[in-house]
Amino acid sequence: MSVIKRLNRREFMSLTGRAGGAFAIASSFPILAMADGQKPAASEASTNHDLGVFVNINSAGDVEIICQRMEMGQGIITSTPQMIAEELCADWDRVTAVLGKADPRYGDQSTGGSNSIRTHMMHTRQMGAVARDMLEQAAAKRWSVDKSEVKAENHAVVHKASGKKLGFGELAADAAALPVPDAKTVNLKPNSEFTLIGKDVPLQGLEQIVMGEATYAQDIQLPDMLIASIERPPVVGGKTKSFDATEAKKVAGVVDVIQLKDRTIPVNVHPVSGVAVLATNTWAAIEGRKKLKVEWEHGDNAVHNSDSYKQGLVQKVNSKAKSIRVEGEDVYAHEFDPERTVEVTYTVPYHHHMSMETPAATALVTDEGAQIWSGTQSPQWGKMLVLEELGLDPKTDFGKVEFNTTLMGGAFGRKSKNDFTVEAVELSKATGKPVKVVWSREDDVKHGFYHSISANYFKAELNKDNSSDYWLQRLASPPIAWIFDNSAKFQDDLGLSLGFGDVPFDVPNMAFENAEVDTHVRTGWVRAVGNINNAFGLGSFVDELAVKAGIPTREMWMNLFGKDRKFDPRKEGFEGYTHYGQKSDEYLLDIARFKAVLNEVVEKSNAEEKLPEGHGWGISVAYSFNSYTAAASKVQVVDDKVEVLEMHTAIDCGLVITPDRVKSQMEGAMIMGLSMALQSEITVKDGAIVQNNFYDYPVSRINEVPPMYVHLMPSDKAPGGVGEPGLPPILPSLTNAIYHASGTRVRDLPVSKTMKV
Amino acid sequence: MVKITLNGEQISLDADPQMPLLYAIRDIAQLTGTKFGCGMGLCGACTVHLDGQAIRSCVTPLSAAADKKITTIEGLGNTAGDKGVHPVQEAWIDHKVPQCGYCQSGQMMSAAALLATNSSPSDDEIEAAMQGNICRCGTYPRIRSAIKQAAGKAEEA
Repeated sequence: MSVIKRLNRREFMSLTGRAGGAFAIASSFPILAMADGQKPAASEASTNHDLGVFVNINSAGDVEIICQRMEMGQGIITSTPQMIAEELCADWDRVTAVLGKADPRYGDQSTGGSNSIRTHMMHTRQMGAVARDMLEQAAAKRWSVDKSEVKAENHAVVHKASGKKLGFGELAADAAALPVPDAKTVNLKPNSEFTLIGKDVPLQGLEQIVMGEATYAQDIQLPDMLIASIERPPVVGGKTKSFDATEAKKVAGVVDVIQLKDRTIPVNVHPVSGVAVLATNTWAAIEGRKKLKVEWEHGDNAVHNSDSYKQGLVQKVNSKAKSIRVEGEDVYAHEFDPERTVEVTYTVPYHHHMSMETPAATALVTDEGAQIWSGTQSPQWGKMLVLEELGLDPKTDFGKVEFNTTLMGGAFGRKSKNDFTVEAVELSKATGKPVKVVWSREDDVKHGFYHSISANYFKAELNKDNSSDYWLQRLASPPIAWIFDNSAKFQDDLGLSLGFGDVPFDVPNMAFENAEVDTHVRTGWVRAVGNINNAFGLGSFVDELAVKAGIPTREMWMNLFGKDRKFDPRKEGFEGYTHYGQKSDEYLLDIARFKAVLNEVVEKSNAEEKLPEGHGWGISVAYSFNSYTAAASKVQVVDDKVEVLEMHTAIDCGLVITPDRVKSQMEGAMIMGLSMALQSEITVKDGAIVQNNFYDYPVSRINEVPPMYVHLMPSDKAPGGVGEPGLPPILPSLTNAIYHASGTRVRDLPVSKTMKV
Repeated sequence: MVKITLNGEQISLDADPQMPLLYAIRDIAQLTGTKFGCGMGLCGACTVHLDGQAIRSCVTPLSAAADKKITTIEGLGNTAGDKGVHPVQEAWIDHKVPQCGYCQSGQMMSAAALLATNSSPSDDEIEAAMQGNICRCGTYPRIRSAIKQAAGKAEEA
């Protein structure tokens, strides 16, 4: 079926001469057209009509919908157009998604924080409703009837009384001539009338990927393009002392060797400088770079060694730190009963995104401006950085930079930073040629923006009801804020709002503290961010309390959650809680939803069954990005060798747009969590990242992944995030399972440091 | 000049014979469906067929392909099945396997090579054949299902 559909769509494209949307816009033919300063072939004004900013319909009725959010594997290139097509009343089979360029008309395009639906759904749906309204107006005018007498349905506008019908294609030209209505004046469908939202529609771009036709940033080809491979200083803040390019320049194909300008601290999202070898093909650039001799000045961060640094973090969380939330009595005045108290610290190493596609970007800088092709989560931020790099004024020169986007071959937060895009701009400006910067795997591993290393300390005393009355937790972890402001010594409110200061327990006396730390590497947003270590700590600690109390872990969670209620950390002493940007009370943490998702995963997985010796289940639950997720993992441990047998995730993410993509994100998060828990780790020696490639930053392979199950809970609540929330409960579910199978409690990740995996 | 047969077409590539086949395919022949992932034969993103065998093109010099048949993802559809779509590709679509999609060319090339020699692989055989292909998005459960579907179709044929 799908293949037939694909061929029909392609046939259509070839008949009409129209390129196939995002994927074709980024393919070689339109790019060459654009490189010549022309508009892409897709804009044939005679047959295509813009209805607002996002929707374009041609006279045959084929609809193109801009996806202004960036695609990195989460499936937003389907879900965003799906929401627009819903309100448009379009036939999905006639919709082609087009990845948007950087354009302020689209609103915020920064694709991170699992934001695309939970923050942008209403605005996105309004864009579809605006286009529908224009089509309805055009039909009413054609029939000389009031607009209230017509209704869009199934790719046409119908006159309700007579049943007369005009297709979208027949109305497109008239509709496009109308003024675009104010988005606030158009009605959105009630949920009961959804025909696309919540349905598994065919995925946009799937067939291009499967046929090898999809274009990623690494795939951009321009005439006379040079490929750049860059040797960068190994330590953050390092500089090029001197270099010798004599041998490098002898390599056939090498055209030039250029020293990139030094960059200062704060590192921001700028490139890290270095020496670039430019060649006519990738291999020549790589070979030339091998012959380069560079001496570095390492700078102050060469003092950093992650092993000793981690011990330092552990020491910091063992003593009083800066208070960020206090409830009830002073826990320091309380005498904890050692028989009823658990006091432990958990540590998580630095982590790297390790997307399959390493960073890449292409720039063509001319006297008139620049054209960019980048695989980035942040096209608008990227465009501002390009303007800055070229010394252009965003107010007067904004139009001089065209920032084109491509699919990303994975990103997980890494490609929110445009350091690699700016490198391409600097080199194209220097050479006057189009330059594609390609990162090797080693470049990617050694010059990332890492998930922060951390120590999470917990101390709590059990009360007679097997809950707790006294609770203390501390965090020490280098803040992401440091990259923008190198005087930052503490996790800021944003960082503390990621599963640390928002623990929603019904414990009367609580204290939460934040330790002062120095930062020495580029820290950044890695999928789920601080929730990774905070949920690992909390999920492990609740399991340890349950063991101490001699009750099932689920019961321990339920006791700590207390009564069903709405929970607002701002009213519990954490005034700075940022709540993933949500202002509305409808998003307040809902204890009933925590419980429901935990119950769901335990019941569906049967995680409270009795198991033979050497087998164990582990569970955990977390709230992140406005979604509730719970995980259950089953392992077997024989002679200290861990084998994962089964994994489950239950998620309540509120209203779901594309169920299959929620499931695929949960599957992916389980596997990424498995990698992080069991075997991946970034370490630093003398300021430089130690790891290189997949052999020393291993990630899970197919033979290491057990059967996995996703339990998607139906909900009509306001939508939560999907890309990140799957990850946080996975790590503690695995280490808890290992404990219950073997009696070994892993508090220092990855597990491979203490057991065989 | 190195002569190869690329997706059924005889071509001469003006490139150093020592150049890894990956870059000869991507930069010189300008077929970009085959991807770079690690440069060391560790991740499988660059997998192509050399005379029907799955190989890692990032660690295979162009000279090794001289006078041989290379098939990339762009040509896979013409090696089996009808309508220019390989049964593996059909199964990948039916199971909505890809997330970001970047590693999937290599995954499908490995899967197709497996099925060409073993039309009904066991779970262990699937894992053995596919463990050289990394997917960071985590599509392995669907890769397993898709290979089983494609194997079923190959059996029927």
